[in-house]
Amino acid sequence: MHCLWCDKQIIVEVTWDNFLYPDKPKKLCIECKSQLTKITGAICKLCGRKSEDEQCKDCERWGGNRQWSKVLSFNRSVYSYNPMLQAMIAKWKYRGDYQLVEAFQTDFREAFKQIVRACPKDTVVVPIPLSDKRRYERAFNQAEALTQLLEVPYQCLLTRREGEKQSKKTRQERLSSTNPFQIIEVVRNPIILIDDIYTTGITIRHAAKCLIDAGCPTVYSFTLAR
Amino acid sequence: MINSIIPSLRAYFSPSYDWIPKATSNLVANQPLSLRYGGKLLLREDIELDDTTFDTLCRQSYFQMIPALEQYLSGYRCKRCGNKTQHLFAKFACARCGNSHHYCRKCVEMGRVLACQPLYYWTGPPPVWEGCDDPLLWNGTLTKHQQLASSEIAHAMEKGRAELLTWAVCGAGKTEMLFYGIANVLRAGKRVCLATPRADVVRELLPRFRHVFPKTTIDGLYGGSEDKAGTGQLIIATTHQLIRYAQAFDVVIIDEIDAFPYHADPTLPFVTKRAAKPSAAMIYLTATPRHNQLQRIRTNRLPVVFVPVRFHGHPLPVPTFCSCSRLKQTLATSQAPQAFYQWYYNRKEKERQLLIFVPRVDLAERMVSSLSANLSVSAISAVHAADTDRADKVQQFRDRKLFVLVTTTILERGVTFPSVDVAVIDAGHSVFDQAALVQIAGRAGRSPDDPTGEVVFFHDGKSEAMVGAVKTIKAMNKKGEQA
Repeated sequence: MHCLWCDKQIIVEVTWDNFLYPDKPKKLCIECKSQLTKITGAICKLCGRKSEDEQCKDCERWGGNRQWSKVLSFNRSVYSYNPMLQAMIAKWKYRGDYQLVEAFQTDFREAFKQIVRACPKDTVVVPIPLSDKRRYERAFNQAEALTQLLEVPYQCLLTRREGEKQSKKTRQERLSSTNPFQIIEVVRNPIILIDDIYTTGITIRHAAKCLIDAGCPTVYSFTLAR
Repeated sequence: MINSIIPSLRAYFSPSYDWIPKATSNLVANQPLSLRYGGKLLLREDIELDDTTFDTLCRQSYFQMIPALEQYLSGYRCKRCGNKTQHLFAKFACARCGNSHHYCRKCVEMGRVLACQPLYYWTGPPPVWEGCDDPLLWNGTLTKHQQLASSEIAHAMEKGRAELLTWAVCGAGKTEMLFYGIANVLRAGKRVCLATPRADVVRELLPRFRHVFPKTTIDGLYGGSEDKAGTGQLIIATTHQLIRYAQAFDVVIIDEIDAFPYHADPTLPFVTKRAAKPSAAMIYLTATPRHNQLQRIRTNRLPVVFVPVRFHGHPLPVPTFCSCSRLKQTLATSQAPQAFYQWYYNRKEKERQLLIFVPRVDLAERMVSSLSANLSVSAISAVHAADTDRADKVQQFRDRKLFVLVTTTILERGVTFPSVDVAVIDAGHSVFDQAALVQIAGRAGRSPDDPTGEVVFFHDGKSEAMVGAVKTIKAMNKKGEQA
């Protein structure tokens, strides 16, 4: 196996343990893997970022806003959005190196299993969609690629109108933008949204609001990076 | 069956470029488009034309489609970057065409090559450059050796369909030797490319060439350069940028053909060869040819011209060896060996700055503190490849704001400091191959005001590379004396 990020060959030392019970093949070499930081320990109860307080500053700002405060029950994320992950996501999503998603598989699945325990049994998994134009450009939807890693059934309940790229806007501009999501099919189950990055949380909240307005009881979200 | 296997195998091992289409005849000239897209091999995304215009041009055969991934018996080859390492082709469910297919991971940073998307090649009329009477505005003089090489280079460029290796010692003044040859081909309205492995060299050469060829359109291309179009008659580019060219140039000059990325990454020879027209002249520049080039020289398959003397006429400094006992243990504690300090305090020219090469990045960083404690100078710093302040520190050293610079092999070539002594710590380490050591020794004595300099290899056992490096340097000096 070659490391998906630095292309160095990964040589696994054979021990009795992995001789008898072979590990899953590693996708990243030890050095690259060590540069990704998983979110562990004390977190913000709402957005899932590393935080000593129960509710981080970011979420307090959301809480003050009546329109948005009750839309999302909680968000959980796997990694901190550090420079390494930023570089990886840029190459994966913007350059379009699809296969890099496999580098996240083990951690993403493990974290998902933990999160889903806190959700009701009949929760439906829904990836955040892309607009048609963006989807053509990238040739894949990154949220759907992540969802497929989980190997669980999922439904695409939303569509998205073409808007400006979120990553090019300031927080203020993001907050005041119109909701780009529309619902295709109404379900009455709780929902867990899957996306790549939770930055301000506006994308996820727009999607969540769309679902809540259509009659979903609760919406959670799960992202790769926070 | 066998008729299809044999060509497929042959094409797999030695890439051919016959898939590049010929220009369509009898098309109406469109000079702006010819300039912009002539000789380019592009993805649709790279072509800034709206769909209707582009479709019309395609129908009229101004552009031709080329399948991007070539399939062989044993797998794929990316036609854009030449990649045939199979684990660098990944399969995915493409949302554009709705099928599952491969894409090339090797060149994904330059825009993704999908199996379902063709590459486009300009087959309209080739771009025309007005031949300009005297493009060269330069009144420098060449030394006897430079002159000899310069005329050989000019001859090869004019003749075309030729290769020439210019084996010039570090500090021979290679750039100046190219001027006359380039001027000749520019005058004939031909197109020239100068490819070098590193972006800082492009940035350094660009103003120099713009200065001496004021009437020529010159573009500098490197990752992150402002110029993206690359429409000039003379292109100065990092080798990676040639990924967007096919049969574009009448003359291709490859600087430092032996340097790390070029001889280690098969993409670069693939794209440079493709960027040259079949009738092109290939000029290679190097101070330290690699094994395969030496072999071709020995068997008379690669013409070579030597420039054994530096432009200031003085011989190259010959490295001396200094054996250190318990070197590895000393280095483990991040100390410089005792012998180094002894040499340092007995240097002939104490005014000279000091360039210290070490084999590893972490050692460079850690050694700085122990050196500043022992050398009683504070202006010491370390640089390595991942250092974000690299350019800054090199400039500070050049301005003599730093007295000692500890570095890894990244400063082995391309950089010129007027007056330095050079120490290589643990010169027997495997990162210091023969070419690296010759280049490192070539950092000393670059200036006509201080044409000598000490070069010392500190070691705990001579390596073949060290002995070989000294042998090559002495051989060059001897050649210089005789000539």
